[in-house]
This record gives sequence, C-alpha cells and structure tokens, in this order.
Amino acid sequence: MNLFSQTAIEDIREKQAAWEEKELAAALGSRPEEKPAYETECGIPLKRVYTAADIADIPADELGFPGAYPFTRGAYPTMYRGRPWTIRQVAGFGNPEATNQRYKYMIQTGQTGLSTDFDLPTLLGLDSDDPRAFGEVGRVGVAIDTVDDVERLFDGIDLEKISVSLTINPSAWVVYAMYVAVAERRGYDLHKLAGTLQADPLKEYVAQKEWIYPVRPAVRLLRDLIMYSAKATPKINPISLSGYHLSDVGGNALQEIAFIMAFTIAYCEEVTGAGMDIDDFAPRLSFFFISHQDFFEQICKFRAARRVYAKIMAERFKARKPESMRLRVHVQTAAMSLTKVEHHNNLMRTAIQALGAVLGGCQSMHTNGLDEAFAIPTEEAMKLAIRTQQIIRDEINVTSVIDPLGGSYFIERLTRDMETEIWKLLDEVDERGGAVKLVEEGWFQQKLADSAYATFQKIDAGEKISVGVNRYVDETSRSAEVHIHPYDEECTQLQIDRLRAVRSGRDNARVRELLKELAEQARSDDINLLPKTIEAVRAKATLGEICAALREVWGAYAEPMIV
Amino acid sequence: MSEANMTEQVAGDAPDRDAMTGTIRVLVAKLGLDGHDRGAKVVARILRDAGMEVVYTGLYKSPDEVVAAAVQEDVDVIGVSLLSGSHVPLFRELGRCLREQKADHIFVVAGGVIPEQDYAALWDSGVDAIVPQEARAELIVTTVRNLIAARGRV
Repeated sequence: MNLFSQTAIEDIREKQAAWEEKELAAALGSRPEEKPAYETECGIPLKRVYTAADIADIPADELGFPGAYPFTRGAYPTMYRGRPWTIRQVAGFGNPEATNQRYKYMIQTGQTGLSTDFDLPTLLGLDSDDPRAFGEVGRVGVAIDTVDDVERLFDGIDLEKISVSLTINPSAWVVYAMYVAVAERRGYDLHKLAGTLQADPLKEYVAQKEWIYPVRPAVRLLRDLIMYSAKATPKINPISLSGYHLSDVGGNALQEIAFIMAFTIAYCEEVTGAGMDIDDFAPRLSFFFISHQDFFEQICKFRAARRVYAKIMAERFKARKPESMRLRVHVQTAAMSLTKVEHHNNLMRTAIQALGAVLGGCQSMHTNGLDEAFAIPTEEAMKLAIRTQQIIRDEINVTSVIDPLGGSYFIERLTRDMETEIWKLLDEVDERGGAVKLVEEGWFQQKLADSAYATFQKIDAGEKISVGVNRYVDETSRSAEVHIHPYDEECTQLQIDRLRAVRSGRDNARVRELLKELAEQARSDDINLLPKTIEAVRAKATLGEICAALREVWGAYAEPMIV
Repeated sequence: MSEANMTEQVAGDAPDRDAMTGTIRVLVAKLGLDGHDRGAKVVARILRDAGMEVVYTGLYKSPDEVVAAAVQEDVDVIGVSLLSGSHVPLFRELGRCLREQKADHIFVVAGGVIPEQDYAALWDSGVDAIVPQEARAELIVTTVRNLIAARGRV
C-alpha cells in the first residue's frame, strides 16, 4: 500500500507546478539562489522543497514500525522511552591503573557503559618490551600484556553490572580470552557478561590499518571468536562492524554503509560456512557508525542502514528471528570535523552531530572531547562531552517520540535514495568477487583514498566550509593554550618490569607447550582457537607471545601500496 | 621485507631527475605503529600534483627503515605524518638515524597531530618544518619548496 492516494498526488503536482510558475519564479527573478545546485555530502542531489509527490513511490511497508521489520523507524518498539542510549565514552591510556582511575571518574560523572582504547602495541599483538613498541606504550590507549593487566584494568568494577566495550582488533581474540579468564577467576557467571569487542578485521585492512596476519586468517580468527562467544558469553557482541573508520579514512556516507555491509556479508558467509545457523549468531552482530556533519544525510544514513541490513539478513541469509535483522548501533561524533583553530567551536559541532545520532536512533554514543584535535582528551573535556549527551537526553525532550522525523517528505526521500545507492555499491562488490577478494586487491582502499583526496580538495577550494579555518578566519586568534593530557613517562618501564616478573614466575615449559599446541591448531582450518588461547592466557602467556606463535604459522600481512 | 620493495614509486620516473631537471623528490613516511594514513596519502597526492616525485613508505616503519629508504631513493625531503602522540621519541630517533647514516642533508618535515608545546622538542631533533593539521595544499607545497630553495638546489 502506498502512503498517499493517486488523486492526492496529482493534486499536489498540479499545485506545485502553479507555485513554481508564480511564487517561485518571482522569487528567483528578484534574487537568484546562492548556488546553482544543492546536494548532500555524499553527492545526492537535493530539491529546494519536498512534497508528498516525492515519496509517492515508497510503499508504506518500507517504513513499518519501530522494532519491526524492516526497522527503518528504529531498532526497538519503545526506543528511548524504554531505555535511553548508553553514554559510552571511550578511554584508555598508560598503565591499566591509570585507565581504571579514569573509568571510575567517568562512572561517577554519569557514564553508563565502559569502553576501552588499547595502545598500538597491544592492538598489533606486541608486548611492551618489543623493540617495535618503542615510544608507543600506553600512548593512544592502555597497555595490556598479560591477563593480570586486564585484572588491574577492571579492578573494583563489577563486570556483571556494567557493559564493557573493547576497541580491540587484530589481537581481539587474545584480549577476549583474558577478559573471560578474569571473569572466571572472579567467579562471575559468564552468561551475565555484557559488552562488545570491535574485532572487525576487514575494515582494519582498508581503514584503521592495524593488522598482524594476512586477510583470510584474520577473518578465520573472527569466525572462531563469533562461534565461541555465541555459546560461552551469549550477551557479548563479538564484533562491532565499524563503518566509523571507513568514514574516518575518507569514505562518504554511502561508502560507509555499503562497504560495512559488504564486510558483514563476508563474515556471515564465513560463519554459516562453518556450520552455524545465522540466527544463532546474527542477533549479536553490532555496528559502529559515525555521526558526521551533513545533519539530515546522517539521520537518513542510520535509517537506510537499518533497512538495508534487515533485508540482507532476511533475504540473503534467510534469517528467521527478528533480532537477527535488527541493526543496533554505537555512534561516535566525527573526529575529522574537529579543528585546532578556535577549538571551543568543537563543542557546538559535537553537540549537533550527537543530536543527529539521537534523531537517527542510536543505541549508544561517544561524543568527542573538544580537545581531541590536540591529543587524547582531558578529564574536563570528557566531562563536557558527557554533559552534552545528558543535555540532549534530559533537557530538550527529543526522546519522547520515536523516529520524530519519520514521514517527513524529505527524510523519507533521502533515506530511500541513499538505500538505492547503497544497493548499487553492494551489487558492484558482488560482481567483482566479494569483499575478502577486494580487500586483498586494494579496491576499497583505492575508493577511500580517492574520496579522501576529493574531500581535501573541496576544503582546499573553500567549497566545503570549516568555520574558523577557511571561512570567518580570525587572523588575530592564536593557537589555544590547551591543557594537554600528560603522558606518563614511567609507563613503559612499569609494563616491562611486570612482564619480566610474569615470565620469571610462571611455568615456562607449560607456556611453551601451550603455544606450540595453539600454533598446531592454527594449521588446520576447522579447529576453534579460543579454548587453547584461554588456556594459554591462564598460564600467563603474554599477548605478544600468543600473537607471535600464530605469525609463525600464517606470516605477516603485506600492504598493497595505494596512494 | 627487502629495502628494494619496501617503498613504492608513486609518481614520475627516476632516471632524468636530480640536478638536471631539478625535480624535487620526497619520501612520504609513516613512523612507528600509527595506522592513520589518510593524511599521508593526501599529502603524497598534493606533492605529486605539484610536480614532485613522491615515494610512499607504507605503514609501520621504524626510523632506521625510513632513513634507509630515503637514502636509497635519494630524496630531498622526508615528510613524516604522525597522529599517535609518539612524535617526540620517534623524531628524536629519526634524527639520530639520519646523522648516523650521514644523511642529515635530507630535510625533515613533520605533520599530523602535533601540539605546539612539542614543537621545540622536534626542532631539537632536527625537524626542519612542521605543517599544521589545517594546512592548505599551497602551504604544504611551499614549505617543501622553500626548504629546497634555502639550500640553493632549485
């Protein structure tokens, strides 16, 4: 059934033609519009006004109802009335104790979920004493070498009560193993643990660029993680499919959604190929999108993404459970939009992007600190970021009505147009042989680099406005004296001392044996590597040792050179 | 990975460059474990579009590897992009490697996320120019050209 009757549409068309001839023509005659053409950031043309005639072709079933297929209007039937989105600010730096202290501060400030950033050596599977870790330990995230570090990270925090997001990728299965080992040691019920691992390998090769192994073994590790977690820790999302980074590296809104859906398809094929039913793991797939600058485009992006995902799961994978078709998303505001110049403006940028995420129906959100163009955020900056979300949630009454922009002629048209473009990109990926092959060939990488360069050229030419940078430039404004989060110079040495203590205090023969067994298991494709990895971390094998054992089997990844 | 295939020719042919043509050669490098390569790749294209010969190292290069590549490619300038916060120790090490390999005639330009409070430490490490995040293409190109001009090469 369509939303409007044919006669109503014809009437509107007639009246619009008359309006164009009379009022519009007169206005354009006396004052031309500022630009010859208008479009969204991702290039979808925009009309000056939308009417019912513009959405006459959209069947009512494409909108549906919140919490029901195709989920255009929201993931849940009650949305924020039933549960507000989770305020989940990511944090991580220095030794585990330093991050633990920040967590406690943020919980006290009103944060409702935890989220961990790891340092680069941890992400890349290197111990803090590895020469390649020089200068990087505890810098952009917390340093984790052994299961004891995970214990310190969550000291005094009840993991049965708060959900924990772990922004960990190539080494995700090891950190998951450590998390499970800590939970077991504390006597928790593993079925009560709630949280999310990022663990999205394909987007790493094309966007965030953290890798250890070649592409296919990395996808196999994810498969093992998804399948193990589905049974052992059923409330943990083993993956956060991260469009965010596709945008961060230069992708537009269509590329963000289309490419992440292409990766979703690849992972689902991998897991169902190993014999697991789609409905046994799809309800725990979760997403992570950006909320960027083009306000309405971003809101429509969230709505289109929900609809595309629901259709992929229902039509392509024949899912039967509605939960398998429900896209749940954590959102972060756009770090790329932040400026060093007049950095207080970043508060306004972030607040508007956060509002967009809420109107788009997010389940969880991180708002960027106003000082993130300088360094990792200070406590004060994080407090303002949390307050931004609290003001949106509690002061301005945008949470009472679900999908409040639904039904807007413009919003529905743009949602539909974006969906159409996303399907076109997905068809192209299928025609070219699928996501894994195209990641190996560098196809996505080239598309994203081209898009990044095009965006730069638009900013450089002043077509894309950045207030204070290429428009309304205040020549007298000086670079701010920003208080920058200090780096703890002692951090590396403490991690190294602890590693030495662990290595001298454990049963080294047993660790060697376990690592050998793990490597042996990795040689055959049909063994799940999680049980052995959990055994190894319990025996105090380090993250670096475990990752190195598999590097010997699989080798390292060689990056295709794309500029 | 051998030195020969560590880098990839991004633009231009090498044979008739240098003093004869005066074409500026730049190595765009990523140092340490930082994976943010959006800016490095954009800068590589900007310099290429400005007529320079650009070689990109790819990710995860140690200071030693970057200097070896710069020497092998006989570049005039190394442009390093860093967003991981580890710029102070990594540029110090890069400067040391340049001196050790007698390559400190090669200019070093830094970009990425570098707070002003760390500029002094970078100058001390032998960094010749720091390009701010919000720099336009013109500033990036003239920064490189001015360094070369000051040396009297072009």
